Amino acid sequence: MRGLVFRAFDRGGMIFLGILFGLILLLALSNLIMPVGHPLHAPTYLVSLIGKYLTYALLALSVDLIWGFCGILSLGHGAFFALGGYAMGMYLMRQIGDRGVYGNPELPDFMVFLNYSELPWYWHGFDMFWFAAIMIVFVPGLLAFIFGWFAFRSRVTGVYLSIITQAMTYALMLAFFRNNMGFGGNNGLTDFKDLLGFDLQNDGTRVGLLFASAMALGLGFLICKAVTRSKYGKVITAIRDAESRTRFLGYRVDRYKLAVFTLSACMAGVAGALYVPQVGIINPSEFTPANSIEVVIWVAVGGRGTLYGAVIGAILVNYAKTYLTGALPEIWLFALGGLFVFVTLFLPRGIVGAVNGSGDGGPSPIMTKVRDWRAARAMEGRS
Amino acid sequence: MIARLLALMITLCCGLPALAADPDDLPGLIEQLHTRDYAAMEQTVNTIAATGDPRAVAVLQALSDGDLYYRKSDDKVFIARKADSGNDLLDPLTGAFVENVGRRDARKIGINNSMRRALRGALGSLTLLSPDPKVRATAAQSLFKSPDPGAVEALGLAIAAEKDEAIRTAMEEAQAASVLLSDSDDATKITAIQSLADRGGRDALSLLKGIPDTATGPVKAAAAEGVESIEAALALWSTAQNIYYGISLGSVLLMAAIGLAITFGVMGVINMAHGEMVMLGAYTTYVVQEIIRNNAPGMFEFSLAIAVPLAFLVSGSVGVLIERTVIRYLYGRALETLLATWGVSLIIQQLVRSIFGPTNKEVGNPDFMSGAVQLGEMTMTYNRLWIIVFALVVLAMLMLVLKRTPLGLQMRAVTQNRRMAGAMGIRTDRVDALTFGLGSGIAGMAGVALSQIDNVSPNLGQSYIIDSFMVVVFGGVGNLWGTLVGALSLGIANKFLEPYAGAVLAKILVLVAIILFIQKRPRGLFALKGRAVES
Repeated sequence: MRGLVFRAFDRGGMIFLGILFGLILLLALSNLIMPVGHPLHAPTYLVSLIGKYLTYALLALSVDLIWGFCGILSLGHGAFFALGGYAMGMYLMRQIGDRGVYGNPELPDFMVFLNYSELPWYWHGFDMFWFAAIMIVFVPGLLAFIFGWFAFRSRVTGVYLSIITQAMTYALMLAFFRNNMGFGGNNGLTDFKDLLGFDLQNDGTRVGLLFASAMALGLGFLICKAVTRSKYGKVITAIRDAESRTRFLGYRVDRYKLAVFTLSACMAGVAGALYVPQVGIINPSEFTPANSIEVVIWVAVGGRGTLYGAVIGAILVNYAKTYLTGALPEIWLFALGGLFVFVTLFLPRGIVGAVNGSGDGGPSPIMTKVRDWRAARAMEGRS
Repeated sequence: MIARLLALMITLCCGLPALAADPDDLPGLIEQLHTRDYAAMEQTVNTIAATGDPRAVAVLQALSDGDLYYRKSDDKVFIARKADSGNDLLDPLTGAFVENVGRRDARKIGINNSMRRALRGALGSLTLLSPDPKVRATAAQSLFKSPDPGAVEALGLAIAAEKDEAIRTAMEEAQAASVLLSDSDDATKITAIQSLADRGGRDALSLLKGIPDTATGPVKAAAAEGVESIEAALALWSTAQNIYYGISLGSVLLMAAIGLAITFGVMGVINMAHGEMVMLGAYTTYVVQEIIRNNAPGMFEFSLAIAVPLAFLVSGSVGVLIERTVIRYLYGRALETLLATWGVSLIIQQLVRSIFGPTNKEVGNPDFMSGAVQLGEMTMTYNRLWIIVFALVVLAMLMLVLKRTPLGLQMRAVTQNRRMAGAMGIRTDRVDALTFGLGSGIAGMAGVALSQIDNVSPNLGQSYIIDSFMVVVFGGVGNLWGTLVGALSLGIANKFLEPYAGAVLAKILVLVAIILFIQKRPRGLFALKGRAVES
């Protein structure tokens, strides 16, 4: 166990965590200490935006864990993210209490509106944070466990798995759009007031959420690092590279896959839970298959098979999205589409892979060129 | 009592043509309608009805509607029509305009309730005996919809005189319906119930259900039996209707999935841009129709016939372009292909959105696509019928291409063993491009069909992509029969679940069922066997 923890805190991990918390600390200080209007003051929307990026990064990390290290391409990870978000949303809805438009102390506004006479059974317990917190991890984890249990045991692999994960999130989207599911139908859950007693509109709460997101991302990073560098992680990577061979060596491939898939879903759930209070709404459009595919491109851009690559990819692509949808909305889909094509054709191992050649083994194209060039120089020198 | 008397009178008048007034007397008879003596008026109405003169219908109708007036100056009778000032008086027989009079110069001929009943019977017998078969058929149908005990005898006479088989049946049914409401004896009523039960349909059902509780035992029993048999027949029809809806939905799924069965099934390329090929086909239809509307409106009926090959070419060439520029570098890397084609789909979507705008485009139905045909209790719209036919034709043609042409032979050869095919002199990269083009082109043709039933917008393709993949995966990759069976069974399953679960839940259930099914048979219903599976 101690070995596991130590392995997580290697040099790369320390650098990553150092940069992450350093930047977050600077941002927090400039938001809270600098007066409004000062050139060094960070506006609150920026704090929330960075917080949102960090939850996306955690989601990307969870996808990278299964795709980059285990070769499972899930096109439905948005579903786990959204489920975690809904669990948090339900807690936040219950916290509103009688401050809603209809002033009903028990029922959220949309239920009053839809003529519910009492709280549906699955809403009970969400008035307690500890219960919601367990559900945030438990519900996505359970879904992933059941789904993975069936899928991996019957050896559904590759694109088939991708397609049925996509069908899963699509089915959930249709389900959550229904009004009588009791999750607010197409409007989702919104108008949140406070979290654990802190006002969500308050700058301090925002910074707190930013820290929580950074903590979650850091913790997720360390867990992924520990998992992938353990003996268990080596088996996972072996499954990615040669599934049948690993099975023939006597490893229970389906159990390894199931464990890593469930872990990844739990991480996605936590990411979703932190995302919701920062953007202030959760609705069924989070389940759309397109969202889940977009997560995959974040990982692909950053470089799958490298944990910090996924984080970098998520932040870069989302920054570009924020910028382009604001400045040139027509261009965004062209850019995103082009990114998909460009990355798969020219940067199969992402930015990180192109730069330093680490990642899923083998040197990067750039490093290969450099080595060839050195070799050629050496030959010239000898002759 | 009065009704019975009336019926008797109608019978007398109709049944004894010898007594019937001479049609030439009609103008005189009409003048006699201007009276305060309702008994006399009834007599006159019946005499008029007995003439069987079609011109009398308008007069009696006007009387019943309160549009029959008399002119104060000379007491002549006219049909009145409200005008801007006062009333227009029309000749009762010809309907020709006579003059416009002030509101006080002509007065309405008043009638009472018993007159109204008499008029209804008279009008019924007039129309039932009309020389125009269409009028007779309509009269019988309207009597069936709103049965009138007073019309039983009139119907009996009309049935005796009727020569047209279909109209006679309709009249008999109307008579049966009327008998149920009359106070005839039980035996007659039971016969009527049986004839209604034989007719079937929702109207007959509601008639039988409407039999009052005062009915005697045998009548009640017969009615219950009739209700049961009609309900059984209706249940059968509704099953048939569900199957038809299912086949219709299945044919839409089939259309959307056939192209994918080629690109994904035969080539193994996960083409996420497939939906956009469908969308391009739909937009081609839109452009063709716009050009026709602006230049040659008379050609509109042929717009779809023009659009089908054009859509094939447009989507097909876009497909070839995608294959040559993106996909060919990614063979053997299925997951990367998936991502790259998803990117391509986003680009095409945005391109179409930039050119045509984000809103739905209006694509018209040519005449042969609109309207519906009624088969028993089932309604089948022509556009759905044509799409079923079109989907089957496209599937058949595709099978012919794959099995009977040199290109098809080469495609299958390359699919089964690329290197060997290359060694035999097949230009494998060219075959790849053409195969992808073929699959995309078929998607484009599907777009033409879908433009007839769905909104043409940049998001059109998105809504079909998951369904298409489900069909292909469910049916079994690399097998066109599997695609056909998969599409139809998914369509039918969906439509049978809908009445119990609602449309959205039915769709969710089908998706969950497919997800579970894939666990059981990861390669679909009709799995390929042998080495090809291993890759």
